Amino acid sequence: MSETPVLRMESVRKSFGGSVVLRGVDLEVAPHTVTALIGASGSGKSTLLRCANLLEEIDDGAIWLDGEEITDPRADQDAVRRRIGVVFQAYNLFPHMTVLENITLAPRRVHGVPRAEAEARARELLERLGLGGRAGEYPDRLSGGQQQRVAIVRALAVRPRLLLLDEITAALDPELVGEVLTVVRDLKDEGMTMVLATHEMGFAREVADQVCFLEGGVVLERGTAEQVFGEPRQERTRRFLRRIVEAGRL
Amino acid sequence: MTLDKGELAESSGEPDDYVPSQRRLDRERYRRARARRATAIGALSTLVTGAVLYLVVVNAPGWPRTKETFFDWGYAREAFPKVLEGLWLNVRLLLVCGAAVLVLGMLIAVARTLRGPVFFPLRVLAAAYTDFFRGLPLIINLMIVVLGVPALRLQGVTLDPVLLGGTALTLTYSAYVAEVFRAGIESVHPSQRAAARSLGLSNRQALRYVVLPQAVRRQVPPLLNDLVSLQKDTGLVSIGGAVDAVRAADIIVGRSLNYTPYIVAGLVFVALTIPMTRFTDWVTARMDRRRAQGGVT
Repeated sequence: MSETPVLRMESVRKSFGGSVVLRGVDLEVAPHTVTALIGASGSGKSTLLRCANLLEEIDDGAIWLDGEEITDPRADQDAVRRRIGVVFQAYNLFPHMTVLENITLAPRRVHGVPRAEAEARARELLERLGLGGRAGEYPDRLSGGQQQRVAIVRALAVRPRLLLLDEITAALDPELVGEVLTVVRDLKDEGMTMVLATHEMGFAREVADQVCFLEGGVVLERGTAEQVFGEPRQERTRRFLRRIVEAGRL
Repeated sequence: MTLDKGELAESSGEPDDYVPSQRRLDRERYRRARARRATAIGALSTLVTGAVLYLVVVNAPGWPRTKETFFDWGYAREAFPKVLEGLWLNVRLLLVCGAAVLVLGMLIAVARTLRGPVFFPLRVLAAAYTDFFRGLPLIINLMIVVLGVPALRLQGVTLDPVLLGGTALTLTYSAYVAEVFRAGIESVHPSQRAAARSLGLSNRQALRYVVLPQAVRRQVPPLLNDLVSLQKDTGLVSIGGAVDAVRAADIIVGRSLNYTPYIVAGLVFVALTIPMTRFTDWVTARMDRRRAQGGVT
């Protein structure tokens, strides 16, 4: 990779109490690419994303964003988070705010964008994601798929350098998964750099430029989607994919 | 898998030409009959209970004397305007102390949730404050402040029993209210703070825009409950000699040795708190309904 990677992780280690979740993870994400993190539940996919956004403090190793080390204790954490958008599995919309307020909160309060401008951009994004009429609604009046799309708009509203998607379809009814994945597909076409933890193997295979299989706290196998899904090198990757196929998820 | 944005699912709630079935009508008739019966039983049992209570009190051996000293119409009429005049002081105390309590309580609650070593002394101070003033009986707090502070003869410190009494009330109640706010802050799920931080909001901004608005909304019923309680405890400032509703009654009792004015003052307080209590119930019920409707609160 000649270009500076948007995100780079080196020997990242993270434990909670006695249990070690990440025991030395290396990762590189090139600009305008999509990286899919796959692996069993509890393999550390979500933790990895939370570490990348500094929501968790890592025990060891280092993380760079656009070539700048963000795990340096002197780095401004708020400034780092401003450049990274996150979409959570459980949406985490703010229930006391309307859709529009959810989206314009960060642009207005963090980036100092004037209200009218922030709202105009929010409405434009909502329109693009098929949520044009929902700006004044409260999140609990929306379906899961709509809430998740609002959460994506909220993350995009600050024009992040990198988008982290943490199992964003895991809490959705099957018929609502498609509408959310469509949005991710469109974002890829626009050149957004994304890292997504997912159980949707078919989707990972389709959109990901790079697939990383996490197991036992390390990236056990990495490669193009074709390689990891088509001819996995590691026995454990093969076993994991076989289980997924048996469960009818691929 | 792929869905066009145009055909994203929307549920339809259009009216149709539904006619209730006989089964539904029968069920509803049965329920109405049962409701009527329940109302009748309720009314009857209330009547019987009331009658029994009345007979027991009226036939008590000391009733004639009690009636004279506690329920004298003449004294009641004399006391009522004075008590009402005094009540104005209670109402003003409630408004001023209530506002002060909310502000101070919020500050203490926020101080207790601050993280980081810099805030350690502030956290300890806030915790000590709530522990102390929640444990200290209000009446003792009042005596210390209202009677003790003037005894110090400090320059520039007020001797006004109303101001001092209000201060004591604020001290105690802000400790209660701080705990209510703190419970509210802690009840907001950590994922909300995580979402706020991931958007780049600072800790303070996350608290201000995301955590506190949700915390306060949830704590409205218990807060109103504390305000109702504060409302009647404003009557305690009378121990310092401030002429509120209780003290106004006291003055007449001291002169006449008839206790009717106390009953009048008591009823006036009850009359004042009832609207507040009903309002609290109404707010609580409304919030419960909201919660039942929408999942995330």
